[in-house]
Amino acid sequence: MNDTRSPLQTIVIYLGALLILVWSGGPFIWQFSTSFQLDKALTSGSPSLIPAPFTLEHYYNAFVEKELHRYVWNSLVVSLATTFLCLSVGSLAAFALSRLNVRGRFGILMVILSVSMFPQIALVGPLYLVASNLGLLDTYTALIITYLALGLPLVTWVLFGYFETLPREIDEAARMDGVSVPGLLWHIILPMSLPSLVTTGLLAFITAWNEFLFALAFTSNIDRQTIPVGIANFTNLYYVPWGDIAAASAVVTVPLIVLVLFFQRHIIEGLTQGGIKE
Amino acid sequence: MTAAATVPGIGWPRRFGKALPVSLWAFLLLTPAFVSLASVSFYPIINGLYLSLTNTSLITQENEFSGFSNYVQLWGDAQFWNAWWHTMWFTTASTILETVIGLGMALILCEAFKGRGLVRAAMLVPWAMPTVVTSKMFGWLFDGQNGIINYILLHAGLIDQNVNWYGSPDTAMTTIIIADVWKTTPFMALLLLTGLQTVPNSLIEAARMDGAKGWITFWYIRLPLLMPTLLIAGLFRALDAFRVFDLVYVLTGGGPADSTETLSTLSYKVLFSTLQFGYGSAVSTAMFVTEGIIALVFCLYLIRQIRRAQ
Repeated sequence: MNDTRSPLQTIVIYLGALLILVWSGGPFIWQFSTSFQLDKALTSGSPSLIPAPFTLEHYYNAFVEKELHRYVWNSLVVSLATTFLCLSVGSLAAFALSRLNVRGRFGILMVILSVSMFPQIALVGPLYLVASNLGLLDTYTALIITYLALGLPLVTWVLFGYFETLPREIDEAARMDGVSVPGLLWHIILPMSLPSLVTTGLLAFITAWNEFLFALAFTSNIDRQTIPVGIANFTNLYYVPWGDIAAASAVVTVPLIVLVLFFQRHIIEGLTQGGIKE
Repeated sequence: MTAAATVPGIGWPRRFGKALPVSLWAFLLLTPAFVSLASVSFYPIINGLYLSLTNTSLITQENEFSGFSNYVQLWGDAQFWNAWWHTMWFTTASTILETVIGLGMALILCEAFKGRGLVRAAMLVPWAMPTVVTSKMFGWLFDGQNGIINYILLHAGLIDQNVNWYGSPDTAMTTIIIADVWKTTPFMALLLLTGLQTVPNSLIEAARMDGAKGWITFWYIRLPLLMPTLLIAGLFRALDAFRVFDLVYVLTGGGPADSTETLSTLSYKVLFSTLQFGYGSAVSTAMFVTEGIIALVFCLYLIRQIRRAQ
């Protein structure tokens, strides 16, 4: 369509593209730059994008004073366990719905999906009471169990969509060879679904990594608190330590951004095929 | 192989060899997912409904059935209605802005230009970032004293003096809406883009051949065909915006002067600051009901639109 475009249209498109780029990347680039600037420079009244002088002071503060690495560890444990469980439970359910001739499978899928529409604030109170009765407050277990259920609808839905695209002839051939039902899933379907497993795993990981409400309610000390709670509590007595916050933001966001950029094509495909869900 | 033993359409026999029947396998494989969702999603909703009919409080240690007294109290609670209106305003404003701006972005991305891959990748950044980080980031961008937004607006001559964005009741909600629009619009655009790409190019080419201008092809071809995607994306976005918690809780905590209090932050405070689990559950149940009504209205509208299109 390039040849039918007028110069004005071309300018509008490039200008628009530039705007989108600044919109999406600008705020974080500024945050990233902030993390390398001295407090003095940040409050000088003449902000500059290039840190001068360059400092790692905020990173030192974030790790040494605020012990950021402990939150990072908690988040890693919780998010990795959640991802593993989500993929296990989700692929079992998606496989059953896609391959085992379950009656009313679309109804079941709709129920599973509708769960993700429940307001989480309506779940947190009753779950807090349960966790408290079972002695699960301030444990990884409470967070992992909760995040499993939060991530499951999307994971099941996306995996189901992917399994549906695999040809049924495979099942037939496997059956002829005497492969059992779990064998079909484990030896044939799952190895064929690796790209989709990576995407859905990443989605589950991000859900757990970013979750705030339940982490805030269920944990009360640094031994179990995850990164979002840690960063939300980043304050000093007399002023807001914007530089330290920026440093912590960079530490927890950059790896995520790298992962997402690396898998971007799969993510967009996986999500749009899996319906519309943030 | 006997055809009689085969489940129609699927090709799996009901039973083969000494193995378990397929239906039992299906049941077994679905069980973990059901247990998880039943215990973490359905049980709390039911339990919340029950709690909302009691005077449960972790301070007084009471938990007796009290009928609808919580709801009566709720009906006359100015704080609840304050939060209700804020939530509705936030949901409406952010959903409309995100849909309209997202559509604009999607239309640009639909065109071929150099560096499109880069732009599309960059658009995932706001989506992937933890909301708490977004919230803190906007706290710094919109800081009343040293925020870069004030600096830029001041030097562009758009404001005469620094605006205390989220520190003043007049502008706090606007700041939160801006932060939400920043975070969710690019992703909305990517969703709409895949919708746009399903519009056959031949249709647009044909319209162009007939001399239709870009605006006309958009209004009469692309937009009507995109409508279902647009409405569904809007619905999911609205339901999500309605639950807003992280952004508000971290940026303003509901203040200043309750000007950004939403239903989620109010429920959280009633539950975990005053420890009134009975009344807090009534607030969150009322929220659940409102969300259900929003979904219902949207769905009815959607069905009508689709019927009319046919």
